[in-house]
Amino acid sequence: MKKVILPAALLLVLLILAVHLFHRPELPNLSHLQLQQQFSVKPVASVDHTQFEQLQKAFATPQDVTEACIDCHNERHKEVMASSHWNWERISYVEGRGIERMGKQNVINNFCIGTSSNEQSCAKCHIGFGMSNNLFDFNNARNVDCMVCHDHSEAYIKGTSAAGYPDRSVNLSQVAQSVGRPGNINCGACHFSGGGGNNVKHGDLEMALLEADRSVDVHMAANGINMTCVDCHEAENHKMKGTLYSVSSTHVNRLQCSDCHSTTPHNDRMLDVHTGKIACQTCHIPEYAKVNATKMAWRWSEAGHLKDGEPYSVMDSMGREVYLSIKGSFEWASNVKPEYVWFNGHATHYILGDEVDTIPLQVNRLLGAANDRDSKIYPVKVHRGDQIYDPNTKMLIQPKLWSDAKGDSAFWQDLDWHEAATAGMLEVGLPYSGEYEFIPTEMYWPVNHMVSPKAESLSCAECHTRDNGRLAGLTDFYLPGRDRHAGIDILGKLMIFGALIGVMIHAMARFIMAIRNKEIESEDINY
Amino acid sequence: MQRIYIYKQFERFWHWTQAILVLFLAMTGFEVHDSIHLFGYENAVVYHRIAAWMLLGLIVFSIFWHVTTGEWRQYIPSFSKLSAQIRYYTIGMFKGEAHPTHKTARNKLNPLQAVTYLGFKLVMAPLIVVTGMVYMFYRTIDANDMVVVSEIPLAWIAWLHTFGAYLLMMFVVIHVYMTTTGSTPLSNIKAMLTGYEELEPVDENSIIKNKEAHEA
Ligand code: HEM
Repeated sequence: MKKVILPAALLLVLLILAVHLFHRPELPNLSHLQLQQQFSVKPVASVDHTQFEQLQKAFATPQDVTEACIDCHNERHKEVMASSHWNWERISYVEGRGIERMGKQNVINNFCIGTSSNEQSCAKCHIGFGMSNNLFDFNNARNVDCMVCHDHSEAYIKGTSAAGYPDRSVNLSQVAQSVGRPGNINCGACHFSGGGGNNVKHGDLEMALLEADRSVDVHMAANGINMTCVDCHEAENHKMKGTLYSVSSTHVNRLQCSDCHSTTPHNDRMLDVHTGKIACQTCHIPEYAKVNATKMAWRWSEAGHLKDGEPYSVMDSMGREVYLSIKGSFEWASNVKPEYVWFNGHATHYILGDEVDTIPLQVNRLLGAANDRDSKIYPVKVHRGDQIYDPNTKMLIQPKLWSDAKGDSAFWQDLDWHEAATAGMLEVGLPYSGEYEFIPTEMYWPVNHMVSPKAESLSCAECHTRDNGRLAGLTDFYLPGRDRHAGIDILGKLMIFGALIGVMIHAMARFIMAIRNKEIESEDINY
Repeated sequence: MQRIYIYKQFERFWHWTQAILVLFLAMTGFEVHDSIHLFGYENAVVYHRIAAWMLLGLIVFSIFWHVTTGEWRQYIPSFSKLSAQIRYYTIGMFKGEAHPTHKTARNKLNPLQAVTYLGFKLVMAPLIVVTGMVYMFYRTIDANDMVVVSEIPLAWIAWLHTFGAYLLMMFVVIHVYMTTTGSTPLSNIKAMLTGYEELEPVDENSIIKNKEAHEA
């Protein structure tokens, strides 16, 4: 027995060692604490605009306010006028296309389709005054709208279908004296309500972020670090950091989690290794539209129906519009699990006049693949729908949607697709054959906000699982736990069970033979 | 019958630690493979990696021990009695015949065992250890400039490793069963635990002579 003691003792030592290794106490994440320190100090305004005499007067027009701004900030308007917020387009190099000007003026989206011929209404979200058609003068500094981003009074609102002018009720003097660093409500006024309502477009950007708790968004949580949009989307010289691939196409000026958090933020090698191929958002944003629903589908093809000769709308049980004669039918969803794609920071877009080459048409296509060294897996909201299309020219049609009066060819007034298509395509200078139909379309929205607390991030087995894992759709690489060689698995099981059955038969044979041999022996004795 | 000291202390320690580690590696490995659910995926990965390092350490020790003690010679298979041994397990033992070979401290593996364990040491273990190490250090080229093993697809490495795991499990099944074929069903296991086994006293020199005569 003494001889067993030493091995047993050694084994025990190894076991203790193993237990020690398994239960590593969690170390404080110093870089994370440092970030919390950094962002808990909130910036304080260095000047008080109520003190300036230039602003203590009644302004006749919003342009007068802009002039007053430029009087002191006498170079800033140039920065603004170089931005995509002003130009509604960027110049970028796109693979296969070359140098392109791309933006709201020529890119199609999957919601209200496009701004062309609808500027008067769409310009509610343009940082300028007077964009009523495609003749807007982008060189006139007087038309820069400083207030929409810098107002702190929360009294500044843009007028509806007012070409970007403020609502008539706004007290310009009050607003001019209350300006400062943009707050979440300034950004949110447009970015929360794209597509015509709260959270319609993004799914991860909505009003609830103004008063979120940590489970909705760890960064913007009012009961947490309470960061503002511009804490991350720094706008040094009015150059916003961060791009959204609904309109952007290139991997420039991108805002990444790693800008603050580094690519090895976990205190855990196994997790840090994942950052090479998995975007942070994939694990840390398990769901979007956590508070209010987002639109998942918009079918224009169903627009135009009438009830008793009149346009109508239908609400679902949650009070959400699911049908509108002027727009078609919608699908909403909340707490949505994202879909996942390989993405390398480059995208292509359907630009007005392009020939449609796939059906469903991806109005924006996120590029990337498993074997592309720059690609990572990203979560996306995929918005599906259908859009009006010319089967003869094979182009999507930019319809004229908005007008303030009937009889102006606008679909939202007259509900006549043919008229709207003729007027819209005429305005953008593209041919229209006179025939139209509807084709399915998709739009890809990378999900970047609504980061969940650590405890709610994805667990390993959400992806590393045989069936129905989160990454079930991405099959072009080997994912442990999900993938296997079916043949090897069958062979392996045959080997194990074959061996088991084999030894069982052998044992049985031994047993029977042993009994028989004994019988023979005993018989021998009997005789 | 005589109580003979046949398995040395290190051997027994090595054998049982290896047995535990391999079973533990199989349990955690097949959880990583999503065949079973025991510890949770995350733990399975961590445990598998720790146990793998422990197994590697043990293997290094045992190689050292086998080389320095000359015990590695035990694994040189003698093919002369191999067929006799196979005949014994398939036919002879049912007829109540005696073992065709004698187990002694200096010659404790029968020819079939020697071949099998040699196969274990030269094929199965290297297969699973090498593919396991490559699996562990596998990185595709990525933005973090990690170690690069991207020329071999991960799928191949994982397939080989999984195949090795199945092979090993098959070995374990047969191996455990074969331990019951000693003089009594538990005598072999007892020997591996205590080091002593009741054996027919044999003049070892005569056996070696016999062997040499056979091979000549
Ligand atoms: C030194 C020895 C070993 C090393 C270095 C090793 C390493 C690994 C690694 C790195 C993985 C991938 C999961 C992970 O990243 O943790 C893995 C998976 C696996 N291991 Fe091992 N392992 C070893 C021994 C074993 C043994 C002895 C068995 C079974 C008897 C085993 C069975 C498995 C199985 C079934 C998988 C899953 C493969 C898949 O589905 O892709 N491994 N091993």
